[in-house]
Amino acid sequence: MSNQDWDIIIKPRSKFKIIDINALFQYKDLLFLFVKRDLVSIYKQTLLGPLWLILQPVLTALMFNFVFGKMSGFSNDGTPSFLFYLSGVTIWTFFSDCCLKTSETFSSNANLFGKVYFPRLIVPLSVITSNIVKFGFTFLLFLVVLAFNLNSVSVGLHAFLLPVLILITAGLGLGFGLIISALTARYRDLKFLVQFGVQLLMFLSPVIYPISSLSGNLRSIILLNPMTSIIETFKFGFSGHGYFSWFYLGYSFAFMLILLLVGLFMFTRVERNFMDTV
Amino acid sequence: MAKTVILANNISKQYRLGNIGTGSAVHDLNRWWKRMNGKEDPYLKVGVENDRSIAGGEYVWALQDVNFKIQEGDVYGFIGRNGAGKSTLLKIISRITSPSTGEIKFKGKIASLLEVGTGFHPELTGRENIFLNGAILGMSKSEIKSKLDEIIEFSGVAKYVDTPIKRYSSGMLVRLGFAVAAHLETDILIVDEVLAVGDAEFQEKCIGKMKDVSKAGRTVLFVSHNMASIKSLCNKGILFDKGRVVTDGDISSVIEQYLSMNSKIIADGTIPVGSSSAGSGVAKFKKLQLFNSKNESVDFVGYNNPLRFQFGIESSLAVNDIISDVRIYSMDGIEFAHAMNKYTQTMISLKEGYNEISCSIDNSLQPGKYSITIGIHHANGMTIDFVENVFDFKVLSIPDGDGNGYIYDWKSGYVRLNSEWKNN
Repeated sequence: MSNQDWDIIIKPRSKFKIIDINALFQYKDLLFLFVKRDLVSIYKQTLLGPLWLILQPVLTALMFNFVFGKMSGFSNDGTPSFLFYLSGVTIWTFFSDCCLKTSETFSSNANLFGKVYFPRLIVPLSVITSNIVKFGFTFLLFLVVLAFNLNSVSVGLHAFLLPVLILITAGLGLGFGLIISALTARYRDLKFLVQFGVQLLMFLSPVIYPISSLSGNLRSIILLNPMTSIIETFKFGFSGHGYFSWFYLGYSFAFMLILLLVGLFMFTRVERNFMDTV
Repeated sequence: MAKTVILANNISKQYRLGNIGTGSAVHDLNRWWKRMNGKEDPYLKVGVENDRSIAGGEYVWALQDVNFKIQEGDVYGFIGRNGAGKSTLLKIISRITSPSTGEIKFKGKIASLLEVGTGFHPELTGRENIFLNGAILGMSKSEIKSKLDEIIEFSGVAKYVDTPIKRYSSGMLVRLGFAVAAHLETDILIVDEVLAVGDAEFQEKCIGKMKDVSKAGRTVLFVSHNMASIKSLCNKGILFDKGRVVTDGDISSVIEQYLSMNSKIIADGTIPVGSSSAGSGVAKFKKLQLFNSKNESVDFVGYNNPLRFQFGIESSLAVNDIISDVRIYSMDGIEFAHAMNKYTQTMISLKEGYNEISCSIDNSLQPGKYSITIGIHHANGMTIDFVENVFDFKVLSIPDGDGNGYIYDWKSGYVRLNSEWKNN
């Protein structure tokens, strides 16, 4: 019997193959069931249920508004301050949830991965999908708040870039998450730094301050952060106040592509023998 | 000729012992460096056997040079002691981990059942979990939908199907999990000892379902320690020991080899001097052996096969008409059965010198391990010699030769009483 007749061949090290689209497609139902599970199970046995999806970012934005806006007097670019913080928080929460949740792929699914095979990439993909859904809810809330402030902001054409922004953010979160998950599968040291790192990255992104309040070297450094142009474009599109540049948006996109490739490569390397080292 | 659906070539799997920590980083770097220079992995040493009882060594081979070929429609039983490498092989076949060397090729769709109810989420309802679990096992949503009613009916938890499964009893969870698994439609099915759960009625149902699967011409790989269920389900078997294949062939010959490998055959059955705990000492037990149907001295008997003991007694004088008895103890020390020559009015006498007495006991013992105490006494009850817990033996769940085995995974009592049942 020649090799072509076999459906599956298991070897110690497979050829350079990053992603098996066919296998992923076969398990697409599983992806959506995971999404459903994530969304349904989180808010079971809570009184407010899915309302928490909206309340969480509101509470964070209120806190930022109080601490950074009222107490510290940070600039908010001329946007009504609650709206300013809410727009930052909306995008940032999406990114950090994607990143943190994806980074736990191996550690929180060890039990499942030890018992049954399915393309492991389904798990991070389902995490990203459910976070897009959650983002949808937060964004609806954002639109409501925006509607109340229409007289002091101007929504521009750049708002139509939103799908691109979502795509890049999801890609960045997934890429970072995959790399971290691959690195923490064997040595868990990094796990302790991840939470801290994401928080640090938030302060290096224009979430609580506008890029217009910076100048010189600091501004150049902050612009190197791929999240910067996304948050600024979002604010520019929906409030008219912010920094927009095709160059930096393109930079974020390229950054996301490279990060995603590296992440996928590392992830596939680890998933093969992960169960022996967990 | 039937098609080959699984072909394994030189499968080996190495595991690292001890903790993964700071030391393993050094090994990883070393390994990476060697690979960059085109050399072999320095830690993949060939030729070290997997023997758990011997300490030492940082790496262990859980599997070594395993080769086999499985044909379409075969129901294969994987047999071996704990640590023989069965589970490692199942993990490799189910693609949970990859082998260190070698390759396996498959033809057709595979599903593995290493656990029932994998991925059940406690907060979701039974119905939602059927979908989730089915999808994890590789079914599509429409496939599950079309079988949903069957699955619910098979599980027998129809009443609770819209309740979160965290409220289920463990038995209900198992039933639900197996019900989903039983409706998987794949060419190759890999089953680990999942049948060792649930009540008797459900187990019968599961075994029946497994038989249907194999009758439908699908290939099944089955791992279990219950020889009775392996014997009733499988037609072929592979015996593993210390990570290697010992035998590959017909199921009954494989089981036989497994059992003889497992038992410690008593070479001569000598009872050590000073074992007696009571008695006048006129005569002494010297030897005790248990024989199977092939007249081999063993420490186990098949299910329902007679216990054939032979005693060697050294006597200093001739004693007419003695009482000779065997007391059977469970492993928790309960003396629950007794055999004695007087029950059958058999006359036994000792002559001066060496005597041999044989005793055959109908074996209605439940499968398990037992211990015996033996004694000889004068007709008036005075004890001549008495040796407590002289010998341990096992009753297997399958008979030696033909006949039915003990198919249940539970056990009640130590002895099956003869009984007649009828509808009135």
